[in-house]
Amino acid sequence: MTTITPPAYVTQSEELYDKGLDPQVARRLMKFILPYKWQLLFSAALMLVATASSVIGPYLVKIAIDDGLNAHNPLALRNTVLFYLAAAIIRWGFIYWRVKIMALVGQSVIYDLRKMLFAHLQRLSLGFYSRYSVGRVITRVINDVETLREFITWAVLAIARDLFALVGIILAMLTLNVKLSLLTFITLPLMLLATRIYRRSARLAYRKVRAAIAWVNSVLAENINGIRVVQAFSRQGYNYDHFSQVTNRYHLQTLLHAARVAASFLPVVDVLGALATAAVVYIGGTAVLGESITAGVLVGFVLYIDRYFDPIRDLSRRFDTLQSAMAGGERILALLDTEVEVKDSANALELPAIRGEVRFDNLSFHYSDDPALVLRDIRLTVPAGSTVALVGETGAGKTTLVKLLSRFMDPSSGRLLVDGHDLRLITQNSLRRQMGVVLQDPFLFNGSVRENIKFGRLEASDAEVQTAAEAVGAHEFILRLKNGYETSVEEGGVMLSVGQRQLISFARALLADPRILILDEATSSVDTQTEQVIQKALARLFQGRTSFVIAHRLSTITSADLIVVIEDGTILEQGTHAELLARHGKYYSLYQTGFQE
Amino acid sequence: MSLFRLRFAIQPYLLQIAASALNLLGLTALSLYMPRIMRDLIDQGLSRGDSRLVIQSALLLLLLGLLTAALSGLQRYLLEWIAGHVGYDLRNRLYDHIQNLSFSFHDHAQTGQLISRCIEDVRAVQNFIGGSLVELAQLVFLIIGAISIMLATNVTLTLIGILPILPMIWLTFDFGHRITAMFFNVDNRLGDLSARLQENVSGVQVVRAFAREDYEMERFDESNRAYYDARIRVISTWAVVMPTTDFLVTVCTILILWFGGSMVLRGELSVGELVAFNAYILMLAAPAQQLTNLVNAAGEASAGAQRALEVLDTPSAIVSPADAVTLPALRGEVEFRGVALNYQDEKQASLSAINLKVAPNQLIALIGATGSGKTSLVNLIPRFYDVTDGEVLVDGVDVRRANLTSLRRQIGLVLQTSLLFSDSLKANIAYGRPDASDEEIFAAAKAAQAHDFILGFPQGYETMVGERGVTLSGGQRQRVAIARALLMNPRILILDDSLSSVDTQTEQLIQEALDQLMEGRTTFVIAHRLSTVRRADLIVVMDQGRIVETGSHAELLARGGLYKEIHDIQLSA
Repeated sequence: MTTITPPAYVTQSEELYDKGLDPQVARRLMKFILPYKWQLLFSAALMLVATASSVIGPYLVKIAIDDGLNAHNPLALRNTVLFYLAAAIIRWGFIYWRVKIMALVGQSVIYDLRKMLFAHLQRLSLGFYSRYSVGRVITRVINDVETLREFITWAVLAIARDLFALVGIILAMLTLNVKLSLLTFITLPLMLLATRIYRRSARLAYRKVRAAIAWVNSVLAENINGIRVVQAFSRQGYNYDHFSQVTNRYHLQTLLHAARVAASFLPVVDVLGALATAAVVYIGGTAVLGESITAGVLVGFVLYIDRYFDPIRDLSRRFDTLQSAMAGGERILALLDTEVEVKDSANALELPAIRGEVRFDNLSFHYSDDPALVLRDIRLTVPAGSTVALVGETGAGKTTLVKLLSRFMDPSSGRLLVDGHDLRLITQNSLRRQMGVVLQDPFLFNGSVRENIKFGRLEASDAEVQTAAEAVGAHEFILRLKNGYETSVEEGGVMLSVGQRQLISFARALLADPRILILDEATSSVDTQTEQVIQKALARLFQGRTSFVIAHRLSTITSADLIVVIEDGTILEQGTHAELLARHGKYYSLYQTGFQE
Repeated sequence: MSLFRLRFAIQPYLLQIAASALNLLGLTALSLYMPRIMRDLIDQGLSRGDSRLVIQSALLLLLLGLLTAALSGLQRYLLEWIAGHVGYDLRNRLYDHIQNLSFSFHDHAQTGQLISRCIEDVRAVQNFIGGSLVELAQLVFLIIGAISIMLATNVTLTLIGILPILPMIWLTFDFGHRITAMFFNVDNRLGDLSARLQENVSGVQVVRAFAREDYEMERFDESNRAYYDARIRVISTWAVVMPTTDFLVTVCTILILWFGGSMVLRGELSVGELVAFNAYILMLAAPAQQLTNLVNAAGEASAGAQRALEVLDTPSAIVSPADAVTLPALRGEVEFRGVALNYQDEKQASLSAINLKVAPNQLIALIGATGSGKTSLVNLIPRFYDVTDGEVLVDGVDVRRANLTSLRRQIGLVLQTSLLFSDSLKANIAYGRPDASDEEIFAAAKAAQAHDFILGFPQGYETMVGERGVTLSGGQRQRVAIARALLMNPRILILDDSLSSVDTQTEQLIQEALDQLMEGRTTFVIAHRLSTVRRADLIVVMDQGRIVETGSHAELLARGGLYKEIHDIQLSA
């Protein structure tokens, strides 16, 4: 078998999670269960009774043999059997309630956890999403939580039951015969040692399996998302070879490794069990011959040894689930621990209805993991209601500037003020509710066209939705769709052309009726006629609100109230079209070479 | 049952399965032998005071225990091996099938759902094969073995003892039936949850920009709640069935103790036999208690299998026909004859009555409003969709008769959104030709004006892009996409000339790159700018799925139709 080296991000994530401490993770995971402690205690009590009624079985068999059969006492036999039956009936009811309660608890914990994860994801900064792939997020919230669910609903229950049973059996054995019991218990330290060794290797092995599955997941996600390119370039054959020989095979290898680890541990339990039984039979059998114990005791004892090893064997099997649940739990916790970079401060104020004056006050910005300044000493005052055109090369910092305005990140130094309010002192929600953003790549959600437009303002009426669509010239083509406004836009909005998607995203922004509008190169990829319509709509949209436009279109730029030329993260020039032309600077040269067709 | 249809996946491993079955048989025989040792110990060793038999029994028990240990370890590994390989094969098959499904399938499919097919569903099948299937087999072996031994000892007691097992079997199978449907539902709800999450994460910027986090949380909560409900339904059923089977098992022991005990008192049965009898019943009880678990797992696996098969059963609408023509090196002639196209979900035809003949090496500019059918038209050339009516011919061959690979390999595509993969820049450029030499890759990158900015990265061509690599600007991505198309050296080129999203200098660079690319090929450009349009050999003006005007720039201007209108608008802009 060839060794496959997975890409760094797969192995790195393994190493990262290897440092985690088991008890700490377990303790923190337990906190999710804490709100249900009463239900848990109740079902533990139910379990105690149910287990006791189960553990008592062999003891009843012993009584039946010794007092009933060997003593030729039919009455004792009948009483024992009736007692046994009563215990079984009680057991039924107790198990029913225990399963039901535990399932509710387990399911609720998972529901809570997913809700918490999702809420956290809604708060994490955009920087997080550029580092963390969609596939990984899904693996965390779906797969890892599923593993945890299996653990809570089945394993927690089973582990508790096994522990109860173990204690019960040990007590019962001691009652039957102390000497034989101690003989059996000698195997216990050996068992613990073996378990310890197994746990270490299993932990590592299952981590690798999970990392491998995440790798498979991200390869799948990327290829399905890029399926059009895959097919256009006829890459299916090559991709298949790579998937089957590398990614998927690595997953298989990790799986088999984990299987080898498990397969080498399981027999240890069997061997110890056989040793104990043989020893008890030999010593106990000799004792029966010497008449220091009865045959019933020996039979009962051997039955107990069988049951004594059952929970232990079962516990060791639960370690499989425990391992993966822990590994999953660690990753979930790591995701929850990811710090929210942009937070509302504790005493953040609701931004009142604004006029829309924006001021960049000596603002500089660099990413937290890179000291190189992306924006430097930005000073810019935009009066309410004016249209600002941001001009400059790709990577000059235009996008960063408007992202700061939406407060997707915070400035590293200096301030950004809207109507005199420092953005860091107001709530993000109250800010964004008064802002509209049209992205370069319009993103539509699964749902109808109407729902997508309404995303801008959920309480909008159908008439308002239509007005917005009409204003951006989207109404006509929407009516031509199969179900008009109710036509469902599927993942990524593939059935619509880019231009159509853009029109819908315009309608969405228009419906939101923001005080500040940010347009990120949005007018670019529609055809001439459509753009004509949009230009008109935009002109009206710009009316009476502050607008920041990243555009290269001459008409947008020349008609702007303020043109800001950005280069290498600083403002090189600012002024109106006429002013800047007169300066014969950067804008002038850009105008000469580029703007006109 | 869908699981049965998956036998093709198991077929290659029949040998391993046979070995595992044999091993299982051995294990079962060993465990069936254990109670006999105890019986002999009680009836012959202890009752007659034979100390030699006590030692013999102890040694025998030890030996059997060691053998059991070895075989069970082996069994575990064998099973995981088989399950792992079956899962591996199935996942490969799904992957290959998914990536060969047509565009019209992917237009409607959700990535999250497809991924869940390949991961969760395959895992359910794998778990079943690796664990439950064998327990099921073991149960069958045990039942046959234990019942025959019991029958040989005492027929009446056996019949009484197994009486409660009959309702248990009925209960289990009835439950299995219902649970399959329930698990199908559970899996679908989980798929929905996953899809909703995927969408939220993909659209995170929009969600933030419109401050719609609360709304999104509500939507997620709906799916989360639906999943919760589906799970609870399953468990509520299970909560009844599980303790009931457990109860029935205990009733077995009670019956044996009562009736068997009476027999012992009457001298019809020895104490050793009764103990052995009880041991056999318990031996049945353990796996029988698992029976509901097993049926449970089988239900889950069956639902998983069904959903995986649903994908595998979806025929790819677009495949090479059996007698496909492998296209030789193309000249580059393209003809549309009476072409009409209706997407399945739109009431209006996206294309109708398209007749267009393009000579090799011509530059065709397609213009028209958004939704007028330009993209639909060019998508027909590489046969991403099939025409509803008419035919599309490349060098005189209907594309539906051509071998797909031989067709698509000669068509270069630069899409509006330049999608790159998480891989090195070099691998991205070589995407269509992984075997290309470094020289060829560099040459393509140079021609696409990408070489210089690539060398500007510390790791040059080995720089990783995509989710875990550097973020390229739109213009840089586009140039890499152009290099990628250029390396294919296509005879027919389709490009979306949406260059206005980059700044002026970059645009100039890209224009130069495109000029390089178009040289000596038949080129279809979805044009947005007049500079491109003017140079075209043929301008095709489209409106509502029809060609309304064709001709050269001068001809169309002179005609004073839609083209002139568009032209004037753009000049005034």
